[in-house]
Amino acid sequence: MSEQAVHDWIRKQIAANDVVLFMKGTKNFPQCGFSGQVAQILQYLGVDYQDVNVLDDMGVREGIKAFSNWPTIPQLYVKGEFVGGCDIVREMFQQGELTELLDDKGVKHTKPSATA
Amino acid sequence: MPMDAKELESLIRARFPDAKILIKDLAGDGDHYAAQVETAAFKGKSRVQQHKMIYDALEGRMGDVLHALALTTTVPKD
Repeated sequence: MSEQAVHDWIRKQIAANDVVLFMKGTKNFPQCGFSGQVAQILQYLGVDYQDVNVLDDMGVREGIKAFSNWPTIPQLYVKGEFVGGCDIVREMFQQGELTELLDDKGVKHTKPSATA
Repeated sequence: MPMDAKELESLIRARFPDAKILIKDLAGDGDHYAAQVETAAFKGKSRVQQHKMIYDALEGRMGDVLHALALTTTVPKD
């Protein structure tokens, strides 16, 4: 796929799914600790999300970095908007901001955030 | 390919001279770091913007020679 085609494909994924996690491995079998942490948080919150395993496609693995202008994976998108990588998602989760964001965007989840 | 903690700090320092920077080598392999950066330059920026400012300061090393950098960014309280 050309870079343009990869970006179009990414755009389609984040338009078709409310929550998309670009990660190394899959939600059931993460292959990187950082990706696993975000998958775990989403699972804990009971969010229905689409996982995209960037290890399946070198084009997507590099393409998502350019697309988001963000150098690392995982990357979380909610309603087409880039939320952040592992550190930001974890921090937002711990401070209750992640559920706030999901509520604001009208994304269903089953549990409130853990608050310190 | 590992990277020295001093080099990491000086790259951030060059961009944010006033910053409080704390760097920890997590695995002792020069490849997995945690950094806390506090600077007034973050004021009014979102977390994503703050992290991008640090990534910019690292001039492409993040995700390349530097595999993992756990980032915490804060604005100083006045």
